[in-house]
Amino acid sequence: MSVSVNTSMPVRSHRQLLIKLLAVIALAFAFGFALVPLYDVFCQVTGLNGKTGAKPGTLGLAGISKPVTAPPSSIDRSRTVTVEFMGTVMPGLPWEMTPLTSSLDLHPGELQQAMFRVRNLSDKTIVGQAIPSVSPGLAAQHFEKLDCFCFAQQTLAPGETKDMPLTFIVKPELDKDIRTITLAYAFFIVTDTNPAAKNLASR
Amino acid sequence: MNTTTVNDTAGHHDHDHDHAPAGLMRWLTSTNHKDIGTLYLWFSLFMFFFAGALAMLIRAELFQPGLQYVQPAVFNQLTTMHGLIMIFGAIMPSLVGFANWQVPLMIGAPDMAFPRLNNWSFWLLPAAGTLLIATFFVPGGAISGGWTMYPPLYMQGGIAYDISILAVHILGVSSIMGAINIIVTILNMRAPGMTLMKMPLFVWTWLITAFLLVAVMPVLACAITMLLTDRNFGTHFFDAAGGGDPVMFQHVFWFFGHPEVYIMILPAFGIVSTILPTFARKPLFGYVSMVYAVASIAFLSFIVWAHHMFTTGMPLGGQLFFMYTTMLIAIPTGIKVFNWVATLWRGSISFETPMLFSLAFVILFTIGGFSGLVLALVPVDIQLQDTYYVVAHFHYVLFSGSAMAIMAGVYYWLPKWTGHMYDEKLGKLHFWLTAIAFNITFFPMHFLGLAGMPRRIPDYALQFADFNAIASVGGLLLGASQLLFLYIVVKCARGGAPAGDQPWEGADTLEWTLSSPPPYHSFVTPPLVK
Repeated sequence: MSVSVNTSMPVRSHRQLLIKLLAVIALAFAFGFALVPLYDVFCQVTGLNGKTGAKPGTLGLAGISKPVTAPPSSIDRSRTVTVEFMGTVMPGLPWEMTPLTSSLDLHPGELQQAMFRVRNLSDKTIVGQAIPSVSPGLAAQHFEKLDCFCFAQQTLAPGETKDMPLTFIVKPELDKDIRTITLAYAFFIVTDTNPAAKNLASR
Repeated sequence: MNTTTVNDTAGHHDHDHDHAPAGLMRWLTSTNHKDIGTLYLWFSLFMFFFAGALAMLIRAELFQPGLQYVQPAVFNQLTTMHGLIMIFGAIMPSLVGFANWQVPLMIGAPDMAFPRLNNWSFWLLPAAGTLLIATFFVPGGAISGGWTMYPPLYMQGGIAYDISILAVHILGVSSIMGAINIIVTILNMRAPGMTLMKMPLFVWTWLITAFLLVAVMPVLACAITMLLTDRNFGTHFFDAAGGGDPVMFQHVFWFFGHPEVYIMILPAFGIVSTILPTFARKPLFGYVSMVYAVASIAFLSFIVWAHHMFTTGMPLGGQLFFMYTTMLIAIPTGIKVFNWVATLWRGSISFETPMLFSLAFVILFTIGGFSGLVLALVPVDIQLQDTYYVVAHFHYVLFSGSAMAIMAGVYYWLPKWTGHMYDEKLGKLHFWLTAIAFNITFFPMHFLGLAGMPRRIPDYALQFADFNAIASVGGLLLGASQLLFLYIVVKCARGGAPAGDQPWEGADTLEWTLSSPPPYHSFVTPPLVK
């Protein structure tokens, strides 16, 4: 080693500092992974990421607790909210998805239904799962789905076409600033090798 | 250059450390901070030219609308790899190269604290660089989803994406080891009498940068590890099908990414803060405030990350928070700029090449800072997100900021490193070509961005044609001018007028008390700093 600490220099321990720095690095690495649950909790509390079915203020994980379907307290006829519908099919799933209802004008609190047409383009029976996302994210907590094809996996026979309904309420507690809500579905392929996706029940 | 250093030092250094192997083995096994610094600098120069060549292809394609030379898929690979290699292969290693050469010399230490670790942190780089370059030749081509590696695009590519994750992991490990070495060297090995507040500002900026590296490189490692497991092991961190969220990647990535921006600029601040006082022949104005400004920039860098993601959908409160903290950074940065200007005030200024680059840095970096402030405004940012305005902004802070400060530093310290003066006439020519070509290239991009031209596209609407043609001419000139830089550096390394121990009369840091080039083992007896 070419480092020969000169005697006139105060000898400071490299090892001690090295251990401290390694501890900082380990902490930073752990912090990076801790961001994942932190982000989930943060989104749960604020409803930031547009996942529906989450109850702000409760820490139940989305997808585990069943939706609480309280009857609409009242219908807010003083304002109209536009809900737009989108459907996408993720790569690897040979399906086609079209919203039959492209948009709806409704009063918050009203019970509404939208339809989506899904077609299997392949010659195989395929299982798919739709994942919803609401924009703006803050509207998600007030978007209550009473019945949805995304609550369960959908099986389509070769060439089969299915119309899939969604029944929902936009709750009157929705922010006055929000006049348009976009609900986007993405259909994912469910493969046998993917247990996480199999157990999936998304709201 | 390599052999001359050995011969020079062998003459007046015959104590027991001089049984170093010659030739290739010297460089492979070297634990000497000067050798490793040189290796870092050559490596980054090579990567600078490689990534620069990719940029030349980009500009050639964009010279006129329509598809000329490359297909869109290849174009996306070019922009992605240009960014990734310039950041991790050129700018960061060159700054570590400066730290290796200069930190021990400037604090009067004999070497870095962990010389073997130092050797390893360099030799990881060629491995990672080779992996990155090799991805161009694998099925599916190199990664093409942007250097920020956002899912879901990043989940869908081929083998190149896995190779790139490995390469970035290796680069991260190298950076972390380099940072540990620099921190321990600076905190433990300063010459007697050199208190923290007597350290040259370059050393201060690197100390703070090294702490940033230690804090955020592991977070990047986390983010890309999650990408890796999502791609290969069925996890769903970012995959919406399993309840993940791609936006979360952006949060984790930019928690690393914004401090990373300052990792690339703070040492550049340090270089400029060393050069300006030398050629103004005045001490740096406001040294203490400079130190605190650097520290506050480093602190603020941790709480501004979401300004990169204003368009992902964020509550108003969040947008305001990140907008205000981002604008707050203008205060310490402004302190630095004003201090630099005050250093020049009534100085006896001479305009050698390093000074020219440093002055251009102050002006052009400030322009980049101002366009950053414009982008910090949420309503404006939502208009300008992913347009050429952003491209113009970060090239003003990264090229005319970091890269031009690095060139300034190379010209400033080359006489010390090699013992020869560089060719001053050619150096000035290089400066003027670079400064003019840079502005021809990137200034029109502000207008393109304001007019709505999106970034990362190989083709564009007709109304953008004129500014793109101008930018391409400037870009090719800028690229060609850098060959002159290579020529000047090689020429200086091979010979030239002897530089003498003190080529710059205004320089007063410790490295100028040594011979040029400095002995292979310097400051074996630490100097006394008063």
